[in-house]
Amino acid sequence: MGYEFDWSSIPGALPYLWEGMIITLKITAVAVSVGIVWGTLLALMRMSGFKVLGWLAAGYVNLFRSIPLVMVLLWFFLIIPSVLVSLLDIPRSFDTRLVSAMVAFSLFEAAYYSEIIRAGIRSVARGQMGAANALGMSYAMAMRLVILPQAFRNMVPLLLTQGIILFQDTSLVYVSSLPDFFGVSYRVGSRDGRLVELLLFAGAVYFIISFIASQLVKHIQKRKTA
Amino acid sequence: MNYHWNWDIFLAETPSGSTTYLGWLLSGLEVTIAVSLSAWIIALIVGLFMGVFRTVPNRWLSGIATVYVEVFRNTPLLVQLFIWYFVMPELLPVSIGNAFKSINPFLQQFIAAMLCLALFTGARVCEQVRSGINSLSVGQRYAGLALGFTLPQTYRYAILPMAIRIILPPLTSEFLNIFKNSAVASTIGLLELAAQGRQLVDYTAQAYESFIAVTVLFMAINVVVMVLMHKIEARARVPGNAGGG
Repeated sequence: MGYEFDWSSIPGALPYLWEGMIITLKITAVAVSVGIVWGTLLALMRMSGFKVLGWLAAGYVNLFRSIPLVMVLLWFFLIIPSVLVSLLDIPRSFDTRLVSAMVAFSLFEAAYYSEIIRAGIRSVARGQMGAANALGMSYAMAMRLVILPQAFRNMVPLLLTQGIILFQDTSLVYVSSLPDFFGVSYRVGSRDGRLVELLLFAGAVYFIISFIASQLVKHIQKRKTA
Repeated sequence: MNYHWNWDIFLAETPSGSTTYLGWLLSGLEVTIAVSLSAWIIALIVGLFMGVFRTVPNRWLSGIATVYVEVFRNTPLLVQLFIWYFVMPELLPVSIGNAFKSINPFLQQFIAAMLCLALFTGARVCEQVRSGINSLSVGQRYAGLALGFTLPQTYRYAILPMAIRIILPPLTSEFLNIFKNSAVASTIGLLELAAQGRQLVDYTAQAYESFIAVTVLFMAINVVVMVLMHKIEARARVPGNAGGG
């Protein structure tokens, strides 16, 4: 073993790394919330019985699920800045990378969330809709008050697991050199010539957070089935 | 937006003069397919063994497999790739590390990306294999053992042939994922499809044409894999098992 570890550049870089982690968490939080809302709408469109809406939703989901996330990010880093500049009249110097990343992850994740949600809605017994209709509820009311609450309760573990995957995937904003947690780790590592230590450190941090989160999800799942 | 579309750009010669820009994309497509397929083969082998390890009554084997799965599923693909590419050569014995660093850069990138995708996907395949095995009734295992099979023989002749047929559909989606995930290798400079697309943008500034072409090629890979796997699934479906699992 010829390599001598030197971890000394990490303590000084912690504030900078923390700022990166905030960006990572912000992107994750926005993409999870927007993704679930938009994913629910897509799932409802697909199950609505209106053919055109169904096709549109299916096309959207299949498109996003068949291209690599890296390509989706590259697309949005290309398109969003010019859209923002032309629509909102913001100065060209404005840093659009964070907004672009949030939009890209939200729209991308919505495709995956919608499949989880569609399966969740299907898992609710058919009789529930019939019972709600018999009570005089409209389709929309039955969905909102009867079907979706039950569906979401069934889906919680899967939605959270998808959130953990998303948290890890946000590291791909590296392609736009946005300083998220991974981007900062990489920069500090190459600045100090300590890439080995910083990459291992970044891996360990992602591992600890994701591992604890996935154990919590398992715990929730067990309690639900118990 | 006043964007100047120019689809003829693909037929224009590259600055090096040896090929056209379309040639770049096609060579990127080749690299994407080569790295994904080779990684897939390793992932299947690793995943099969680890998946079996997770189900055998041996603490050490199941412990190793559990650690493998947890580590590789709870760290981002990008971090794993950078560790294979930048960290491994430093941590290996000096002679091997130096040997790796002295081979041509393309091969270094290819090997790092292949191992990364293989072990990342292997952890997912492992979980599919485990759930396939667990979905079989324990009676199959007992029946095998009662017939005088050893445990490895029971796996080889009774459990795995069934389990593998059951998990084919979820494996298809992992197979699709490995092609998509291979685009991450563009970050270490491997000239696969996505990287060639970005290079084309740098040289010609025709971003939309280039990205559209790359996106369409990725979708084409998707369609081909789905059609292929659909045929295999149809042939391997367990009779009487609706939907094949």
